Amino acid sequence: MNFPVMKAFRHPIPALSALWLVLVILAAILADLSPYDYDIQALSEAYRSPSAAHWLGTDEFGRDLLTRLIHGARTSLSVSVTAIAISVACGMALGAAAAWFGGWFDRAVTVTVDLTWSFPEILIALILVAIIGPGTTGTMVAIAVAYLAQFTRLTRAQILTLKGETFIEAARSLGAGNTHILTRHLLPNALAPVLVSAMLATGDAIILEATLGFFGLGAQPPVPSWGGMMSAGSALIFKAPWIIIFPGLMVAVTVVAINLAGDALVASLDIKAKLRGPI
Amino acid sequence: MMSYLIKRVLMLVPVFLAVSVVIFAILHFIPGDPIDNLLKVGSSPQARAEMETRYGLDRPLPVQYAIWLGRVVTGDLGTAIVARRPVADLIAAALPHSLALGGLALLFSSVLGVVLGVVAALNRDGWADRAIMGGVLLGSTMPSFWLGLILMLVFSVGLGWFPVSGARGWSSLVLPVLTIGLGGTALVARITRVSMIEAAGRDFVLLLHAKGLSPLRIQLGTVLRHALIPVVTILALRIGWILGGAVTVEVVFARPGLGTLLIKSLSQHDYPVVQACLLMLAMAVMLGTLLGDILQAVMDPRVRASLS
Repeated sequence: MNFPVMKAFRHPIPALSALWLVLVILAAILADLSPYDYDIQALSEAYRSPSAAHWLGTDEFGRDLLTRLIHGARTSLSVSVTAIAISVACGMALGAAAAWFGGWFDRAVTVTVDLTWSFPEILIALILVAIIGPGTTGTMVAIAVAYLAQFTRLTRAQILTLKGETFIEAARSLGAGNTHILTRHLLPNALAPVLVSAMLATGDAIILEATLGFFGLGAQPPVPSWGGMMSAGSALIFKAPWIIIFPGLMVAVTVVAINLAGDALVASLDIKAKLRGPI
Repeated sequence: MMSYLIKRVLMLVPVFLAVSVVIFAILHFIPGDPIDNLLKVGSSPQARAEMETRYGLDRPLPVQYAIWLGRVVTGDLGTAIVARRPVADLIAAALPHSLALGGLALLFSSVLGVVLGVVAALNRDGWADRAIMGGVLLGSTMPSFWLGLILMLVFSVGLGWFPVSGARGWSSLVLPVLTIGLGGTALVARITRVSMIEAAGRDFVLLLHAKGLSPLRIQLGTVLRHALIPVVTILALRIGWILGGAVTVEVVFARPGLGTLLIKSLSQHDYPVVQACLLMLAMAVMLGTLLGDILQAVMDPRVRASLS
């Protein structure tokens, strides 16, 4: 398992993508080391364009943009990653249960999943945030539900394929019980494609989180998030365009890095066929 | 073919009912009361009760649902609580804008996506392939509202080529169409490229090569035709997605449309309008899926055979 994963990052593009992701995560963890505070206003310093003192400039309250960007990374990444983790856990449980028990339960899950799957995630998330209320928790739950269908579908398909394999029959004829087969044989084998697809979905989740933040539904001020910063910057786009340009670039570069690293993992683990399925 | 068509259309009825129940139910979980927006501060409880009776909000939920569904089927979408106009009028005013934007964006992303996908597949693993795939990946990872604002900054403010916002004339459509279209191009290009490469490896293509046809003619005449089946299916599925995904872009460019209407009525807790917007978007998604299945059956005899 370890060997092919390492092999994926030998080529320069996946390696650079992984390096960027590590840097962003490190910056998010060490955000407090910045010489500036993300929430202290210094109105005399407002609207400074990028300079040696403020590498990415300052915003309308004179706050250092780079500092807010890496604090924003903390919010945006933790919300997206947690949301996808919840979504994967629930999706795997639902998908495995549907594939394992079959019958009316399977049909109910499949119909619901197919229905939600054909809706744009942004619509599902917008409605859910309207119900739960704005803020990081609301965003997290909304993103988790928006991607639930994807993981349920994938896990169900995986378990259904694996169920017919010879090694499952062998385990069963050796006297293994249902729980043992499900937790020891089926789920571990279904894990790799689900995890890679979770990684790719995290990229989409970052964009979705930014979109909700842009509508003012994400993390509430003064806590910075990439979407929230772009929301504030959109009103000032003609006066101080750097306030909106940098958070957007940050989102785009990070999501590209996630996609490139994820594609490399797909290629090295040889799970493309399993992951994409028949188109 | 006809029996398949009838079966497929009939399948939409239970789906429509399920969607309508969900849309109706969800709206009643949203906190906040539209009546609060209408009543003056300090109004008596009586005035409130009167208002609730007038809009039928005091009846049990299943009854409200039955009444609502009965009206929807006959084309009556109710009266907007805050805007105080028939919802059908609001929708009718918004829909053409959304359809024009969504249709053009779909056209743009399918033409550009198929062309880029074909060029990439013909130069598989060459520099053109890498540049195209890298470019479309970058295009699909930029948040659409951000891309819209940056395009606005460069082309409207910097160069002055297009109006900043609004929906007057064709020139105001250019930037929104580009913004939505660029995001969708990536998916179309990726699928075109993958299915071109897959189709090129099939036995009947080998036979054509053996017969001595020119490679370009085989690629464009045979391989592309096969490769387009999944592309068309995905494009039909995108119809609903483009209308729904246009929400952010419509807001950014301050264009009238279903998205702007939805966001506005959501913040005003105007249930009838939100319900109608969601219903329209849901119907677009369902019709898109239907169209995708029908097109697939028309293009691929195997699908027809397996279903009849």
